Amino acid sequence: MALNSKVPQGPIKDKWTTYKDKIDLVNPANKRLIDVIVVGTGLAGGSAAATLAELGYNVKAFCYQDSPRRAHSIAAQGGINAAKNYQGDGDSTYRLFYDTVKGGDYRSREANVYRLAEVSANIIDQCVAQGVPFARDYGGLLDNRSFGGVLVSRTFYAKGQTGQQLLLGAYSAMNRQIARGKIEMFNRHEMLDVVKVDGKARGIIARNLITGEIERHSAHAVVIASGGYGNVYFLSTNAMGSNATAAWKIHKKGAYFANPCYTQIHPTCIPRSGDYQSKLTLMSESLRNDGRIWVPKNMEDVIAIREGKKKPTDLSEDERDYYLERRYPAFGNLVPRDVASRAAKERCDAGYGVNATGEAVYLDFASAIERYGKEQAKIHNIENPSKQKIYDLGKAIVEAKYGNLFQMYEKIVDENPYETPMMIYPATHYTMGGVWVDYNLMTTVDGLYCIGEANFSDHGANRLGASALMQGLADGYFVLPYTIGDYLADEIRTGKIPTNTPEFDEAEKEVKDRIDFFVNNQGTNSVDYYHKKLGKIMWDKCGMSRNEQGLKEAMAEIKALREDFWKNVKVPGTANEMNPELEKAGRVADFLELGELFAKDALNRNESCGGHFREESVELDGEQKGEAKRNDKEYAYVAAWEYKGEPADAVLHKEELEFNDIELKQRSYK
Amino acid sequence: MSEKGMNLTLRIWRQKDSNAKGQMVDYKVTEISEHMSFLEMMDVLNEQLVAKGEEPVAFDHDCREGICGMCSMYINGEAHGPDRGVTTCQLHMRMFKDGDTITIEPFRAAAFPVIKDLVVDRTSFDRIQHAGGYISVNTSGNTQDANALPISKHAADEAMDAATCIGCGACVATCKNSSAMLFVGAKVSQYALLPQGQVEAADRVKNMVAQMDLEGFGNCTNTGACEIECPKGISLENIARMNRELMKANI
Repeated sequence: MALNSKVPQGPIKDKWTTYKDKIDLVNPANKRLIDVIVVGTGLAGGSAAATLAELGYNVKAFCYQDSPRRAHSIAAQGGINAAKNYQGDGDSTYRLFYDTVKGGDYRSREANVYRLAEVSANIIDQCVAQGVPFARDYGGLLDNRSFGGVLVSRTFYAKGQTGQQLLLGAYSAMNRQIARGKIEMFNRHEMLDVVKVDGKARGIIARNLITGEIERHSAHAVVIASGGYGNVYFLSTNAMGSNATAAWKIHKKGAYFANPCYTQIHPTCIPRSGDYQSKLTLMSESLRNDGRIWVPKNMEDVIAIREGKKKPTDLSEDERDYYLERRYPAFGNLVPRDVASRAAKERCDAGYGVNATGEAVYLDFASAIERYGKEQAKIHNIENPSKQKIYDLGKAIVEAKYGNLFQMYEKIVDENPYETPMMIYPATHYTMGGVWVDYNLMTTVDGLYCIGEANFSDHGANRLGASALMQGLADGYFVLPYTIGDYLADEIRTGKIPTNTPEFDEAEKEVKDRIDFFVNNQGTNSVDYYHKKLGKIMWDKCGMSRNEQGLKEAMAEIKALREDFWKNVKVPGTANEMNPELEKAGRVADFLELGELFAKDALNRNESCGGHFREESVELDGEQKGEAKRNDKEYAYVAAWEYKGEPADAVLHKEELEFNDIELKQRSYK
Repeated sequence: MSEKGMNLTLRIWRQKDSNAKGQMVDYKVTEISEHMSFLEMMDVLNEQLVAKGEEPVAFDHDCREGICGMCSMYINGEAHGPDRGVTTCQLHMRMFKDGDTITIEPFRAAAFPVIKDLVVDRTSFDRIQHAGGYISVNTSGNTQDANALPISKHAADEAMDAATCIGCGACVATCKNSSAMLFVGAKVSQYALLPQGQVEAADRVKNMVAQMDLEGFGNCTNTGACEIECPKGISLENIARMNRELMKANI
């Protein structure tokens, strides 16, 4: 099947408006006759479920957590971008569009990104109306901060818990609809397959995670909003339950999977401490506004620090290498995430890592504390303030801005980051790749939509900070409710979709067979045993830097591991009860396929772009020597993979990317 | 503590399902590093049980960074264990010492029935929010400009402090009356402190409190345990504010 992105004609500024004027609408009385399933209740799924229900559709929403409010969007810390230009620093819809396309290293679809920038301002209006307590300044107006990769302050935030507050906003909108009976909420349910009838998505098979019961649910359209696949690495900043099962199942039923190799390794996470580690914790990128990243200049100091003979605070300014400021003077510590992560890896690979594992760099707030302290002393007319006074005043400001993050760090690492620099290292955080969708956010299966992190569309090869929340809410509140209406306008005479059909029988049987296999298999290894092994292959060979040989090895190793899994995995307990090991087994089985496609995609893309860095593709000379080298001539396309059985047999479909409103340039943050 | 880590006895509540009778069962874990999180220690135990062909201990957890509110253990008689300002997933083993016996129970309350082992049903919290935990504004995007409504920084910050509640239920679990007043107080307060919340303020507080009572949560007798155990430091002031709002609404 040829890919058709269905991008509307006309100038980019008018596309979305014209599109909305021309689409088919469903009249309110008919909306009552139409059912929509939404899988996942994070920012994208939660906002979509609420809005669709509000419009009058009958929504069934599913989440694996015990409440929709716990979806992992809740953990997003830093903020949400919007082109409000409240700071008067030159921001505009075009600038946000431009920064997002550039930040994504010119691998996203222009029209989608422009629409995202266009609706971004509505999100802030909407959230404030819902009672989201964004940070404000003393005049009572909304405050902004700046984030990596851009030159304006356009990020709105609620302390270090922006995702939590936005999700609670979407959850409150859902609650209103649940109370009205327009959303039927299925907590502790996991979607295990999609059901297609005559080529259209018509329902799902879900497992009740409390009773183990397998359920059939039908609808006129199915929306997947199940988040990203970062847990393919085992260790990531994702929640323990975050999984790719819904996205992978629809891939196996005909939805193309795009750019799986585009993953974001986030630069500021707490370094791992041992083999028992179950997850990694992010420290918001907003910390890079005020924190300066460094390692010692001299190897003797590195060794002394590792041996505990020296403390980082013992090193004078000229004994420190502020490597981001050195390499990228224009953006300094605010370079985009991919650049910051690779720079940390480069220093640590060269032996300058500052903890026992050799995988950590410093994030230092001493100069920020001093700068804020002096500023406060001036504001409060304190003449000749003592060093301690400056420190106290400055610390109070830093605490107000990042207090909860500092507390979180201290609880985990047992060190006080006000006194000694934080240690950070990159960790898997976000996946830009995902299910391929057209301008309508519809997958290659009719009536099957994919929104939020689960789709591939808006962030290209690298996502800028504070853009994930923006995309999730844009898709759910303002985009999907229009585009899905255009499709559902043809469904008003369809009537209720029955679940007693052969299509449902077959899908349910597949699901049950797989569960029966797991609980009956006489294996010897736990699910985590396989997940950890997969994670290690992914991190070592499909991590921050990739090469042909490593990727080929990864494909072979993952395949072998998968075969072993299907022979020797051991799942205790039964199918008809709450069984967390069984849940994990299903998820890891899917990761074991997705991982191989990931490596295949990375192998195919012999260029360095965004989060995907191929060692074979670097600048050989000039100012950019050693930096990532993109290859627009051969790779300015979306790689959308069609499922053909084994992941290695997936067939590539290319969506050529056209750039009419932005000139393709080599990214430079120097 | 030795280099090798701690050896611990875990005394854990095991219960097959909501109808079964549960009991405390003892397990041993060895070589536990002080840098592990409490749940990573539980992972070690579960891997051990899987290897022996026994059923692992079911417990709720997800984000493991203290924000989703899913984890819910009652450890040595305290909701989320001995540390302050943390959820169970943020609790680290450095709070314990070699040879300790650690008692682990689910959050207990009539309104939080046990589903299995340490997993409890907290959907009563959701139902309280269905009763009024929202502002009735359509998600059309056609609201007024966000800055058309200035809100004092003080009010916004206070609303934010209330809104940081993660809905874990530690307040209920730790309260001798199993009262949910701190939770409901925080939810009511977030909206009561903001101008957007004023229009529906009276109905909101009445409906949410009514649902809270219906769910079987107890009353508040001002012992203040909830505030101490709350991982997010939600203040008792929120309970006072809720009572004030309720009184206002009923006059």
